[in-house]
Amino acid sequence: MIDTKIKKVLLLGSGALKIGEAGEFDYSGSQALKALREEGIETVLINPNIATVQTSEGVADKVYFLPVMPFFVEKIIQKEQPDGILLAFGGQTALNCGVELYKSGILEKYNVQVLGTPVQAIMDTEDRELFVKKLDEINVKTIRSQACDNVEDVRKAAEELGYPVILRAAYALGGLGSGFCDNREELDVLAEKAFSFSPQVLVEKSLKGWKEIEYEVVRDRYDNCITVCNMENFDPLGIHTGESIVIAPSQTLTNKEYHKLRALAIKIIRHIGIVGECNVQYAFDPESEDYRVIEVNARLSRSSALASKATGYPLAFVAAKLGLGYGLFELKNSVTKTTSAFFEPALDYVVCKIPRWDLGKFHGVDRQLGSSMKSVGEVMAIGRTFEEAIQKGLRMIGQGLHGFVGNKELTIDSIDEQLKAPTDKRVLVVEKALQSGYTVDQIHDLTKIDKWFLYKLQNILDTNKELQQIDDLQSLPAELLRKAKVQGFTDFQIARALGLEKQFDSEDASLLVRVYRKEQGILPVVKQIDTLAAEYPAQTNYLYMTYSGNAHDICYEQDGKSVVVLGSGAYRIGSSVEFDWCGVQALNTLRSAGYRSIMINYNPETVSTDYDICDRLYFDELTFERVMDVLELETPHGVIVSTGGQIPNNLAMRLHKMRIPILGTSPESIDRCEDRDKFSAMCDQIGVDQPEWAALTSMDDINVFIERVGFPVLVRPSYVLSGAAMNVCSNQDELERFLEMAAQVSKKHPVVVSSFIQHAKEVEMDAVARNGEIIAYAISEHIEYAGVHSGDATIQFPPQKLYVETVRRIKKISRQIAKELNISGPFNIQYLARENDIKVIECNLRASRSFPFVSKVLKLNLIDLATKIMLDLPVEKPNKDLFDLDYVGIKASQFSFNRLQKADPVLGVDMASTGEVGCLGEDTSTALLCSMLSVGQRIPKHSVLLSTGEGKQKAEMLRAAKLLHQHGYVIYATAGTSRYLEENGVPNTLVYWPSEPDCQPQALEMLHNKEIDMVVNIPKDLTTHELTNGYKIRRAAIDLNIPLITNSRLASAFIQAFCTKTLDDIEVKAWGEY
Amino acid sequence: MRKAILTLENGVTFQGGSFGYEKAVMGEVVFNTAMMGYPESLTDPSYAGQILVETFPLVGNYGVPAFTREADGVSTYMESEQIHVRALVVGDYSTCYSHWNAKGSLSDWLKREHIPGITGIDTRQLTKVLREHGVMMGRITFEGAEQELPMASYEGVNFIASVSCKEVLRYNEGAGKKVVLVDCGVKHNIIRCLLKRGVEVIRVPWDYDFNKLEFDGLFLANGPGSPETVPQTVQHIKDFLANEKVRPCMGICMGNQLLAQAAGARIYKLKYGHRSHNQPVQLVGTNKCFITSQNHGYAVDSYTLPEGWETLFVNLNDGSNEGIRHKEMPWFSAQFHPEAASGPTDTEFLFDDFVKLL
Repeated sequence: MIDTKIKKVLLLGSGALKIGEAGEFDYSGSQALKALREEGIETVLINPNIATVQTSEGVADKVYFLPVMPFFVEKIIQKEQPDGILLAFGGQTALNCGVELYKSGILEKYNVQVLGTPVQAIMDTEDRELFVKKLDEINVKTIRSQACDNVEDVRKAAEELGYPVILRAAYALGGLGSGFCDNREELDVLAEKAFSFSPQVLVEKSLKGWKEIEYEVVRDRYDNCITVCNMENFDPLGIHTGESIVIAPSQTLTNKEYHKLRALAIKIIRHIGIVGECNVQYAFDPESEDYRVIEVNARLSRSSALASKATGYPLAFVAAKLGLGYGLFELKNSVTKTTSAFFEPALDYVVCKIPRWDLGKFHGVDRQLGSSMKSVGEVMAIGRTFEEAIQKGLRMIGQGLHGFVGNKELTIDSIDEQLKAPTDKRVLVVEKALQSGYTVDQIHDLTKIDKWFLYKLQNILDTNKELQQIDDLQSLPAELLRKAKVQGFTDFQIARALGLEKQFDSEDASLLVRVYRKEQGILPVVKQIDTLAAEYPAQTNYLYMTYSGNAHDICYEQDGKSVVVLGSGAYRIGSSVEFDWCGVQALNTLRSAGYRSIMINYNPETVSTDYDICDRLYFDELTFERVMDVLELETPHGVIVSTGGQIPNNLAMRLHKMRIPILGTSPESIDRCEDRDKFSAMCDQIGVDQPEWAALTSMDDINVFIERVGFPVLVRPSYVLSGAAMNVCSNQDELERFLEMAAQVSKKHPVVVSSFIQHAKEVEMDAVARNGEIIAYAISEHIEYAGVHSGDATIQFPPQKLYVETVRRIKKISRQIAKELNISGPFNIQYLARENDIKVIECNLRASRSFPFVSKVLKLNLIDLATKIMLDLPVEKPNKDLFDLDYVGIKASQFSFNRLQKADPVLGVDMASTGEVGCLGEDTSTALLCSMLSVGQRIPKHSVLLSTGEGKQKAEMLRAAKLLHQHGYVIYATAGTSRYLEENGVPNTLVYWPSEPDCQPQALEMLHNKEIDMVVNIPKDLTTHELTNGYKIRRAAIDLNIPLITNSRLASAFIQAFCTKTLDDIEVKAWGEY
Repeated sequence: MRKAILTLENGVTFQGGSFGYEKAVMGEVVFNTAMMGYPESLTDPSYAGQILVETFPLVGNYGVPAFTREADGVSTYMESEQIHVRALVVGDYSTCYSHWNAKGSLSDWLKREHIPGITGIDTRQLTKVLREHGVMMGRITFEGAEQELPMASYEGVNFIASVSCKEVLRYNEGAGKKVVLVDCGVKHNIIRCLLKRGVEVIRVPWDYDFNKLEFDGLFLANGPGSPETVPQTVQHIKDFLANEKVRPCMGICMGNQLLAQAAGARIYKLKYGHRSHNQPVQLVGTNKCFITSQNHGYAVDSYTLPEGWETLFVNLNDGSNEGIRHKEMPWFSAQFHPEAASGPTDTEFLFDDFVKLL
């Protein structure tokens, strides 16, 4: 019974991926758009995240690459006149924007109906005080908290409740500005930070050590309710659920406990009046049936994406339909297609979600896990034993782990301390503790992790010990081998436990185990995720593999019509939604070309792991072993390794050796490109220039090399001790300090040192070739000079300031390389250009991060083209002249430093951004303005603080400073900058560094007093010292939520943009209108 | 761990390890897709004569609570006085358990009550076999054990007689309205749900002629096997319905089938029954739907309901009957379990409806 008045709907996206708000919203938005399309409703999407699947052709009818801000949304509403709006599918960003639109009366003014959960219900869940009151009305217990408007009240409340307490900022993204305080000092620090995010801070008694349980609840307008899934955190309360290992369904709750919380969840959703989906989080006493409701998210969330993937129940899709007025009973279960959508999935497996952190990328970051989220991605592992699921998951996070056991030994100072104060190494510490003889009870006392989980981990360790007792492969009993496989051991883990690595290299050792295992008939089976635990027949293609079973759920056609696409794995810094887009495009092309499209991937946040995006989805590992398992069953026409980033790329050679047909560029060429020596030799041979480099194994060799090429140099160690993996060193001092602190130099661990060219432009070539001939290409230009990682840089396409000569040379070199490597498929080359002197810095024979961006700006799908080439289908050379575009696309990076306590928010050669946006505009300034606003920058109102680094950068910034002055901005500047501006006739006010505490005014104080609207702080050199003046200013800006820019070229461009354009100058144009 | 083998009637075998009592048994093999609640399921008398397969692989995680009884004789945690399944088949038994309320392991409990348990079975595959073929008999044997093959049948056996109470039991005496509870194998949570609502419960054996008692309402409990095996009970219900003094009646599961039979409708056996916590039902003629807990192998044929009776609830998955009611009289029943235990509690309001009618 749907509302037929709704003909056109606006959906708010979530913008750039950031910590706490990532790919899951591409998935939920895409599902919602699909649900609306099915009803014949016209859809309009606003989302500046250009790399997403939802902003691709054919998903929404109209796409606006504009910031999800009330200002722009209102303009779009005015233009598009939609009947309805969906607020629940774009995370907190969309929800907050929607609430603002509602409060300011804009929705009413334009007669736009909010579909699904009413805004009042959203506000009831978002405002803590309202929320507690609301649940009090139905006698549901919440965590008692006191809302405070100032620091003094916060202190008073904490004294009353007794430490430890937790502080939360109201209306903040998943725990932003929240944290635990054990005492007054900690409280003072956190309170100030929390107030910078929100005018209201809540103080609560901490329930550290309680279990954390979540339910995903759905309600239709007829008041029918279901709970689709519950989930239990491995880590107890105190660690943000986004930071926690999560198991679904719950494993340590009795029937009574499970249903008590389920019934409460339904009571809550009814009382609040959700129509659609919501998430209820509980704290649950491990010693009784006492509980507290932690929070309710009245929208699709990271957990709901996980629950969808864990159960096969398409929550977002169903929620969108319910928003249109359907009853749950009127919809079908989309897996069985015959049974009702009003049901609760029954699982016959467990799933384990594990977060992926990238804390190593940040200088000085606080590694401790707490109530605020720091992880950048997650994986989901499926198994029929807990041991199998968690071991799979630990491999999936892609941080070099082989599972729970068989890893490089962890070196830590105190196991006790590490167990008590968990970091990103949490699980490894538990392993080390068990290994060192800690009992389950001891570990439980220190961690409060439920003993059931610890017993299971102990099982893995015990099996490993049993394996270690075996002398050689031939004496390994089949029963023990099977047990190990059931517990999720890889062939490699077994080989290592048996000590086979002593005789063979690790790849060969694993293969020996594989052969022996197959002789014993120990093989994995393929099982379906069918939502009903096999109760009803289901033709589902949603699959996983397990050793706990003796029959496959599906039959294989063996007709050579399958093509397997390897996915990109966990989102992490350097690889995220853009590769999901590439994978999905490849699948689409395969399908339309009549091939059976098969995906292997395990990231629950993605669209590529949505089971209706392909013909068969293996939600499983991308290890060599598992990929081979799949390929042996599928016997495909070929495998695509070039659309999933580095993980599949790295598998190419090994698969090739197993005679697996790799589609596109040959694995030998990939190897020639990946291997530094081989690539250099090739460049020399075809006369292509590269920055000079060498792989060196001693300090002396390094010094000799640097004597020749001179500082600065780029240093890339192969073995990283701590901190970032690479660094630019400007002098001997820095070099020695970096190598001493961060890396090991030895024969086994060479360090790659290359000459670093300053003030050079960085240019990217994204292209598709066929048999060595370039068919289509896109050249784009970084706004920042080289030295900022290409993933962090702001990129303009088409290039606006490149010499014609430069472009010509880049095209020529690219053609040479493509020919030499006989490329067939996507590839990317990065160049340095200074005065038409071109050097190649990197070449990847796969799709790069910028493929979706350039494809969408060009309106030419490069992956579609590349896939057709890989399938040997005829393609025409697109008749597109690159420089004919009369608009500009700007890709800007989203940083999440506000989540990463203590990290220095400075950019360098290692990537630090967590997401990106791409906006279009008539000119560079418009596009830049939109994209900068989209990544959280704000146009300053009155005042800007400048400290602009060394001489050259100061000069670069002068024009921008003058512009600021002309436009009436008050300029504050630190000593050197102030003097320089003075000399050049720019009036400014001198402010003092933290190292001169006796002088006034103090920069830090002014930041704290909100007297500065924007900070431009350019580090003096390219190294990062943790506790310098600059660090303190930068960090304060982040912690106080004041926009910060640390690159002079980007700062100039942004200042130029907002001084010459106002928001009203920006024409609201949909993608299709460019 | 000793090897244990499950052999189905059609010859298909599954091999696993034993974690319960080692005694060869035979029974009707049925699967349940619930993800928790094994202490409740094992003590549910409706499983008498059956080998229970849990499709959710991880079982035993939270151990087993104390086997204590309240002052009135009702179990504190369990659904009856003992385990009723013939054997338990699981995917991955948790040898170590963890729960504040656990008093022992599932394995020890099975051994104490002489019930076999097998772990390491591909319960999904087993379920698919049962789904395709329909439920069938199965036999569990142990490697190296004396192979005295047990014989048993399910069809036509009156299991109700073996699980029903043997004499009249009274609860909450003098509390108020008197409810006769016909014990065909009643789950204790039905008793708890009634007592919680302040009525007196007179629990009578399955073949007891309750019509001779003084009472205000009749409650027909759940129970094992086929309703065809207890014509005496059906006759007593017929007498009750024919009594000129109209009193309310509610039935659950077997109670639904007995009431339907007494009304004149027919019963048939489902291919593989409904045993789960996620069965969707709709209240006929409304937009109201509920998730229910179920455990039954037989169903009422709605088309055979006589004049004056109508379908109360219908299953949203397969359209089967989930309850009946009389159009005028205060008589109704549900095929599912509003008392839950184990399972969702969304339909407990039916007890309120019943008590209000008294």
